[in-house]
Amino acid sequence: MSLYDWLLFLHLLAAFLLVAGLVAFAVMVLGPSEAVVSRTLAPAATALWNAGGLGVIVFGVWLALEVDGYELWDGWIIAAIVLWLVGSGSGGRLAAAVREGGPAPAIDGARAMVMVMALSTLLLLLDMIFKPGA
Amino acid sequence: MVAVVRPDSWNLPLFVHVAGAMLLVGALVVVTVAMAAALRRGDGVEVLTRLAFRALLIGVIPAYVLMRVGAEWIASEENIPDELDWVGIGYIVADLGLLLTLITAVLAWRAARRGADGPGGAGRAAFVLAAVLIVAYGVALWAMATKPA
Repeated sequence: MSLYDWLLFLHLLAAFLLVAGLVAFAVMVLGPSEAVVSRTLAPAATALWNAGGLGVIVFGVWLALEVDGYELWDGWIIAAIVLWLVGSGSGGRLAAAVREGGPAPAIDGARAMVMVMALSTLLLLLDMIFKPGA
Repeated sequence: MVAVVRPDSWNLPLFVHVAGAMLLVGALVVVTVAMAAALRRGDGVEVLTRLAFRALLIGVIPAYVLMRVGAEWIASEENIPDELDWVGIGYIVADLGLLLTLITAVLAWRAARRGADGPGGAGRAAFVLAAVLIVAYGVALWAMATKPA
């Protein structure tokens, strides 16, 4: 396996972890309102979202540097970094609020934060696949 | 490594396939975590067992369909021969994955019916199968990303 194969695999694996964290956050906020659901899912959601987010950006940037024809200043890569920042900002706020305890649906703006995370992740995936301007 | 730009007609089916696969694994993680917590038999056993079952029905099964439809769509666009190892790994994991998912759903349903008694053996089996599915999809992801000959 080449370095490129490893980087692509780890980049994709990180993206899967990120989406798993997003799904867990979405279930906490939009699913059953019992506090036990938030208490159960919060550690996994936060760990997956954080590890996935870190892996996506690290291996994504490494891939952009490794592959001839991609540059960090390409429009679709800059768009991906901006979307990553937006999603990470919202996810970080939600994770911090969840850590304080209580059911996630009761957190002020929880639904909006999950929506921003979901929309930025969806646009990130579309950007990665369609690579506009590449 | 030189960048390769795939034909535009492959992008939408690839998006459907990848998005379905990501949601599938995400929902399986929720099933596994909820069932594991229910097996520890703290408070909210009933809620967590029901959540695991509902995550299978509302999350895992629809996401599987999305992933599989996307897979067939992209395969027909690319005209990939089935005998390639990475395609074979994908089909084996997907086919066995469907069988295991249906068995897991039945087990989770039986576990949910036990209510406050806890998920019991059916819940334990559902937890193990969901964890096995996550590992299997990890192998499929490796095969899809690295495309061994």
